[in-house]
Parts: sequence; structure tokens; C-alpha cells
Amino acid sequence: MADTCSQMRDSCVPSREEMLAALEKRQGEDAVRKLQAATVAVCGLGGLGSNIAISLARAGVGKLILVDFDRVDVTNLHRQQYKACQVGLPKPEALLANLKEIAPYTDFETHSEKVTAENAVPLLANADVICEAFDNAEAKAMLVNTVLETMPEKFLVAASGMAGYDSGNSIATRKVTKRFYVCGDGQSDVGDGIGLIAPRVMLCAAHQALVVIRLILGLE
Amino acid sequence: MVTINGQSVDAARKTVAEYLVEAGYNTVRIAVERNEMIVPKAKYAETVLADGDVVEVVNFVGGG
Repeated sequence: MADTCSQMRDSCVPSREEMLAALEKRQGEDAVRKLQAATVAVCGLGGLGSNIAISLARAGVGKLILVDFDRVDVTNLHRQQYKACQVGLPKPEALLANLKEIAPYTDFETHSEKVTAENAVPLLANADVICEAFDNAEAKAMLVNTVLETMPEKFLVAASGMAGYDSGNSIATRKVTKRFYVCGDGQSDVGDGIGLIAPRVMLCAAHQALVVIRLILGLE
Repeated sequence: MVTINGQSVDAARKTVAEYLVEAGYNTVRIAVERNEMIVPKAKYAETVLADGDVVEVVNFVGGG
């Protein structure tokens, strides 16, 4: 099973130079230079974080700091970027393997631990932009308050409200302050018994990843 | 008047804590920005809103 999961035609993987040249052709040299120089932290590697990380790695962000205390569960597979053969693995380890197949020259730093008010500063100190991608509302609020109180120089991109089957058009990006953005519909709570469906969670993750890229490019 | 989440609200001279209780917020699920600055949770009870303040209350719901 492990072989089918990690099967890579190693000889077909483009060189670093080839991948950079292709990125520059698609996204522009100036944008790629800025993205390559950036470090982004993704806190929580579930439906939001796994999709955010893949978007940012594809776009050429130079370094990703990936943090989650959880392991891949069978109930994650309907919306999170893991494979059936990865059930039981720590999420940072599993996502790292998947990301390396997509973007082999990106610099990744992984942490299998819970982000708390106490360890947030050492974990996130090197990030230019921090993504809040937890699923628990109290944990979201804890991270946001901790970052805004203790690291006010950081850009922070959080999420609230992407559950249920409502229209994707209600998912939006709200600029709360110059350095703090919140994506989502702001209302749909998974605690109300409505589930999470891949495309709606991915829409919210895409909003977050796009804001991150716009911040790095100086477009916000 | 205080502008809270884009709405004009008669909340001047109230503390942040008083306003949040009246508006029905669960304070462990929110972040409050006042005039582009975070209001630390420990300061909700002593931070008094003033006329012209611009406040953003971000309410977090579950799911991710």
C-alpha cells in the first residue's frame, strides 16, 4: 500500500530551475520573487489548512510552517487533502509527504503539537503571514487574540463560517483591520449539526490562500 | 455613537464587556478590535467606549 501511495516517477520530476521558470511564466517574475521570499504559517491542517498549504506551495511561497496536533482520521477524507492510505498518520507528516510530491523544492517546517497561547510566539515568530485554520471556535478565537495581542506586526488571515450547503457566494473575505482578515460566511456553525462539504470548505481555504498571496504581493 | 461592525450603535460610555453581554456575544469565541487595535480579553471590563470609536467584533463559529 505504501508504494502505491507514494509512487513517484522520480526521473520525471522537473528540476528546481524548470519549476521556477514555469512559475515565472505563469505568475510573473516579480510575483514569484516576492512569493519565494515569504514564510507563511498554517495553524491547523484540516479542511482549511491542508487546502491552504497546497495552494500556497503551488503558487511558490518559499517556506511553509505547518502545525497540527491531530492524526488523519477516516472522517477527514471527505474534505481534507489526505489519502486513504494515510489514515492514522500525524497530519503534519502526511501533508508534508503530499506537498513534497507537488512542490519538491519548497522549504517546509512541521510541528506535531497543539498551538497554545504559550507556544504561539516561538512557533510563529518567523512567519510573515499567519493563517488560522482550526475547526474549533474557541481555538480560533484563542489564536487570533494571541497573535493580535503578542505579535501585532504579523499579518493574520482567519476563517469563520463555511459549514453546510449554502451558496458558495456567501463565502467572502472581510478586512477587519490593516493586518487582520477573516474569510467565510461568518455564520454557519458546524456545531449546529450541519456538516462540512469539500467545495465549500475549499472555497473558504481559497479565499484565505488568495488573501495571503495578495498580502505578500503588496496588493492589499 | 459608536460604529460597531459598520452599524451606528448607542454604546458610548459603556465598557466593552457591557456591550458584549448586551449584544449576546460569547466572549470565548470572539476578538474585538477598537480603532484598529486589539482589545485584550483581560481589558474588556475596563475599556470604555467613546463617541466616534470604530469597533469590529469578530465572532468565530466552528468548522474548518
